[in-house]
Parts: sequence; structure tokens; C-alpha cells
Amino acid sequence: MTVGAREQYPDRLPAAFTRPGSASFVEFLASYAPDLLPGGSHGGDAGQVVTGSPHATTIVAVALDDGIVMAGDRRATMGSAIAHRHMEKVFAADEFSAIGIAGTAGVAVDLVRLFQLELEHYEKIEGTLLSLEGKANRLGAMVRGNLGLALRGLVALPLFGGYDPASRVGRIFSYDVVGGRYEEIEYHSVGSGSVHAKGSLKKLWRPGMSVSDGVEAVVHALMDAADEDSATGGPDVERGIYPIVARVDDDGYQRVSDAELAQVVARLLELPERRRQV
Amino acid sequence: MTQPFYVSPEQLMKDRADFARKGIARGRSVVVIGYEGGIAFVTENPSRALHKISEIYDRIGFAAVGKYNEFENLRVAGVRYADLRGYSYDRSDVNARGLANAYAQTLGSVFTTESKPLEVEIAVAEVGSGQSGDQIYRLGYDGSVADESGYVVMGGAADQLGHRIGESWRLGLTLAEALVLAVGTLGTDSSGKQRRIPAPELEAAVLDRSRRRRTFRRLDAGALAELLDSGAAGGPAGGAGT
Repeated sequence: MTVGAREQYPDRLPAAFTRPGSASFVEFLASYAPDLLPGGSHGGDAGQVVTGSPHATTIVAVALDDGIVMAGDRRATMGSAIAHRHMEKVFAADEFSAIGIAGTAGVAVDLVRLFQLELEHYEKIEGTLLSLEGKANRLGAMVRGNLGLALRGLVALPLFGGYDPASRVGRIFSYDVVGGRYEEIEYHSVGSGSVHAKGSLKKLWRPGMSVSDGVEAVVHALMDAADEDSATGGPDVERGIYPIVARVDDDGYQRVSDAELAQVVARLLELPERRRQV
Repeated sequence: MTQPFYVSPEQLMKDRADFARKGIARGRSVVVIGYEGGIAFVTENPSRALHKISEIYDRIGFAAVGKYNEFENLRVAGVRYADLRGYSYDRSDVNARGLANAYAQTLGSVFTTESKPLEVEIAVAEVGSGQSGDQIYRLGYDGSVADESGYVVMGGAADQLGHRIGESWRLGLTLAEALVLAVGTLGTDSSGKQRRIPAPELEAAVLDRSRRRRTFRRLDAGALAELLDSGAAGGPAGGAGT
């Protein structure tokens, strides 16, 4: 009888939609339309390594007393060529968290889109926000779901950070390809320029930094990374392309304006170590 | 072999409809009302956790009366429908019409083929860029769809309360005026007598046209009380039962 009913009403919402239980969009997608998941049914030889897709590079984040600042450069590279100059790699995951991504750009952007939706879906179904820890764990599971693609060379690694309204602190989390989740204290960076950015942040980070100090520190670190790593783009003053910098605190996620960044960059460009030429 | 009694299709449908109608009439009414800046949803609901009003997508809201477990199931299905559509196409491709159609097919198919109809009535509203672009759909227990203009009342005394709102509703109401009208209507009993429903016992939310992405916003008791006071003091559209 049920089968007949479904044939008679083809537009009826399928049973998977009304099945109670899960507040996870990814789980729903995996059961109802697995081919829509990134890394779902892409076929091909599992051992085959895919090369030649654009790569997104450096993300940095610093923890403040009551929030975080996260920044990403704008460059995507394909081999030694610059694939994009305006790429955005730092996004609002939801009202109180930010996600930055490094690695294979196509995979990474899909991961972010799905993660944003995952948090929104939970919020709508449960009527409440996930805890910051819960969001971080969820992201770990999603990175693990990408392992198949990662083994074929399509690695995308996020840097996640946010403000926890309950405990009123900012926290940063990093991930490895198998979905391992690590809480970072003070500062962290991922991507090709991260070695240099971290070295820079080691000297710049101080306890009790203000938001403007934090913004200056992340821009400074990105400029240092761009100095040493060809895949990381520095601020492009001529074209007016500045890093994406976001702060997350009590007021939620906010992008730092280009006008403000232009001032920070101008100040940093005047520093003596950038003017030594001989 | 015993022959089952013959029941005419008319009688069968009528019995089912009566059954569903009785279930729906037991619950408290919900008002969905358009105002200048968006669409407001109001109902009397002392529970803070079991919502009758909910967000579906960026510009789409949901309200229901009837059996909680049944409409909660449909609400979750609606969120999944909208999120799946927005994920596989684009956020701008999710609209209330498609959702209303899916709900109508579901309600209709349950009504005719399953042992018991769903005892729910649903409103799906989508806020447009101007008040003329707003859409409000009302879905009956049997899968009937009505494209309402301006306002909808669902629940027990829906016809009577709808008539009361219809007398005062006009284009360009402010949010405060619309809320006063809605709350005043919810507090009117069948003899026309009014009582004032305190703000903490109301559940209210709006689809706010001016917000950029997710337009749905709940109004907490404090904000609601303030709006009701300013609306009652401000205009002739008042009458919250003083």
C-alpha cells in the first residue's frame, strides 16, 4: 500500500525527509543523496593521484583574551603559476566562528560550504547553537570524510576558530588529514607559508592583545610568509587587494574593512626591516 | 464470507476530515500577518522549547497548529528539503511555492492513503523585497493549498478570528500595529470577549525584510511587550483588550 501511495504521489516528500533523529545535514545527505557529498562517488582509480588543480595557501589565527582574529592571503597557485589573485579563504562558519582553509581549493571551498550548512541546519532543527567544541568535533568528522580524496592528493585542511559565548573565550583548532583535532593555544597557521608565519607570530603574539594588535599581528605574519613563500600572496597595494581578516568576539563574526587594512599595511611597509635593500 | 459494509467515498472522506478538524480545533490558533517590514508569526504558546513557529530558510518561515509530533516531523522535512535544494543549486533557488507543493502532496497522500490523516494545518510564508512580493500559503490537513494575501489564521476558531483580522488589516501596517492586531485577535473568544495575553505566554517571530541573509528572528518576551505597548499607544489599530 505504501509503495502504491508513493507512485501515486511522486512529489510527496520521501521517507528520508521525515525520518526523525538526526540534526546533521551531512548524515542526511549521506543517506539520501551520497553523490552530492564532496568526495562521494567520484569513481576512478583509487590509487590515481590528481594534480594540476589550484591550491590555496596560508591561513593564520591568533587568540585574544575574548575572541580571535583569523586571516588568509588571497593567492591560489597552480604549480608555479598564480591561478587566482582574489581568492577568499576565510569565511564565517556561523555567527560565532570562522573557518579558514588551505590545500586543494575546489575541495576546500566545498568543505566550507557544507560545514556552514551543517551548522545552520543543526541550529534550525534543534533551535539552538552547537557548542564551540561541538562545532570543532563536527568539522573533524567532515575532514575525515575527505580522506579518500586526500589519499589521491586532494588535501584540504581547515583552521577553525571561534568565540564561545558560554565561557567567553576565543579558541583555535587545527586538523590533520585523518580528522585529528588539536586545540591550539595563542596562535596557529596552516598552509604552505605557515612555517614562516608561525615564526613571525612567535615574536608578535603577546598575552592580552587588543583586537587592533591582533589584526596587525596576522597581517604582519602573512607579509612575512609572502616574503619567503612564493605561493603566499602579500598585500597588493597597487591593485588594492588585501588579505581577508576577520575577528570573532562577543559581537560575532566581523570582517575587517579594506580601508582599515590599508592603514595597517602602510604602517608595516614603513618598518625598517622591509626597507633594507643592500 | 461476510461482506464488509459499504461506505461511500463521500462518507469516508467526510469522516476523515471531521477527525482531522477535531484534532486541529483542540489547539490554540496561530496568526501569520504581513506588515510593512516583513511577515510576523504569533501564537499563544507558554512553552519555550516546543515551538510552533520556525525558520525554514533565508526568507521562508513556518507555522503550524495541531498535533506537535506530526507537524514537527513536517517542519524537519521542510528544513531538509530547503537545505538540500539550496546546497545542490543556490540559496536563491529555494522558494516557498516549491515547499508548499511538497507539503501539499505529502498531506494529500497521507489523507487519502493512510489509516489516519495528519491532524495539522500549516502556513508557509516567504518574505519578498516589497510587501507586494510576500507570499503566504496555507496548507490544510487534506493537502489543500490556499495562496492567502496579507494574513492567515489557523486553528480552532480560524474563520471567526480571520474575519476579525480582515476588518482591520491593511497594507503598510507597522510591526507594532500588526502585533497588536494579531495578539488582540488571539485573545478574542467566541463570544467576542477579549482578554489580554501576557507577553511571556506568546511565541512570536518575524521574517524581517531588511535583514540580508537569514531574515528569521524570534521576538523575546521583552521585545514583544515593548512593541505591543508602543502599538497599543500609537494607533487606532489598537485594541489589545484593555
